[in-house]
Amino acid sequence: MAREEGGRLLALLVDRVGGLDRAQDCLQEAYARAPSAWARAGVPDDPTAWVYTVARNAGIDAVRREASSARRLAAQARILDAGVAAVPGPGEHADEGDPRIVEHAEVGDERLRLMLLCCHPALARDAQVALTLRLAGGLTTAEIAAAYLVPEATVAQRIVRAKRKIRAARIPLTIPADLTERSVALATVLGMVFNEGYLAHTAAAGTLTRAELADQAIRLTATAADALPMEPELGGLLALELFHRSREAARTDADGVLVRLAEQDRSRWDRTLVSRGFAALSLALAQRRLGPWQVQALIAAEHTRGRTDWARIVRHYDLLRSMTPGPVVELNRAVAVSEADGPEAGLAVVDGITGLEDYHLFHAARGHLLARTSRASEAAAAWRRAAALTHNPSEAAFVAARVADAEAYEGPPRP
Amino acid sequence: MKYLLIIAADPAIPSPEPGDEGFEEYMKAWFAYDHDLSQAGVLVGGEALQPVETATTVRHDGGATTVVDGPFVELKEHLGGYYLIDVDTLDDAIAWARKVPVGTGAIEVRPIMPMGPDS
Repeated sequence: MAREEGGRLLALLVDRVGGLDRAQDCLQEAYARAPSAWARAGVPDDPTAWVYTVARNAGIDAVRREASSARRLAAQARILDAGVAAVPGPGEHADEGDPRIVEHAEVGDERLRLMLLCCHPALARDAQVALTLRLAGGLTTAEIAAAYLVPEATVAQRIVRAKRKIRAARIPLTIPADLTERSVALATVLGMVFNEGYLAHTAAAGTLTRAELADQAIRLTATAADALPMEPELGGLLALELFHRSREAARTDADGVLVRLAEQDRSRWDRTLVSRGFAALSLALAQRRLGPWQVQALIAAEHTRGRTDWARIVRHYDLLRSMTPGPVVELNRAVAVSEADGPEAGLAVVDGITGLEDYHLFHAARGHLLARTSRASEAAAAWRRAAALTHNPSEAAFVAARVADAEAYEGPPRP
Repeated sequence: MKYLLIIAADPAIPSPEPGDEGFEEYMKAWFAYDHDLSQAGVLVGGEALQPVETATTVRHDGGATTVVDGPFVELKEHLGGYYLIDVDTLDDAIAWARKVPVGTGAIEVRPIMPMGPDS
């Protein structure tokens, strides 16, 4: 192998293994191992990549071995920081033509390990979210604060505390033994980020638009799902995100008012994202380990068809509520029941749900179903409750219009 | 890196006493756990505590001290013992904490603060 290759590998390794001396040792070790390994298994297609990977693994092992020394702590901190530094910022993309192709594969691996580290169960959920966005997503503290409408100092403190715990308690930057459990946590965090960007009420303000936050979640989910194809919930979440995102252009009208799914102009859905969603979903389903994200993706997939099969969606919700019971799942199921069996049937289910009195979509669903069963004054009251609880501007505009409709139908208020 | 595994058990679900049925299996599980820790070369120390009824708390208040009966904090779970282990990472410590044969209870995993250059 050419000498300049060695120099380039060394440069790559210094950051990865936390020091020039160790990088040199590891590279020597890899060169020393090559003859016997290649004699046994044949010369690899990309010998440079082989040497790099072996040297990098040796470096990581060396870091790990120095468990009881203070230098070890510093080395691990350097790996963590190197991983952070290696993450491209928002808007930056890995350059396909970059000759340092090995480096890209490595960044992908580092990024995955960072994401898994960020979702370590020893960290609180809000710290997991902030860390994932900061370390794996490359967002600034200010951007995260803006997206979640919390003071920047709060986000900064969450991140500082979490990093302190990572170092003090020595949470390792490795692929964990409990990979399935960890990838479920990762899916939960990424799903929360996506929802915050796509569905929730707080991300409208600030420097980061909702769509950017949602796209960030999609990128991170795609990275994780690519790296861990044996963990189908990540693929399920990716499919769900892509199906939702495909409807972005049709979700609001020219005035920014929410358009309900049934009334959306389906020709404005992004077919490329839909087909990417199906690709991700079929890979996930092929693992034959169904989970709640995959079931939600199946429901979203059903909506991409020309004619929605609501009875099938009700069956999917039956499955979903057996996995993750809760009033919000019941509400969504009730809406599907109303489409499959009529508004009276749906309303009966909605009225049996408790615990959603402060959830705007509960009152919106009731308003919608009451209007469809010609109970105008009850519908108007429900829409007014919904309006009082709605914060997202496009949803608020939609709800305000329903209140006006319902009140017009109800007739002028009588003395 | 040293970690303290602080073992808390739920007194509502008492562990078997000597002479009870199942006592031998119960103790066997603890001995096996001790043995595994030793075999893995990670055991630094560990003891079981007498029941919480035997606890006495010496409270310090800016130099003044008072002695009172009972543990320093009343919890649903009572401290029952501890292990001090020396492993590489928190994940290793958690893996050992998962194996503590406590039945029903909780294990708090606390890293020991490093003191000096080589701890």
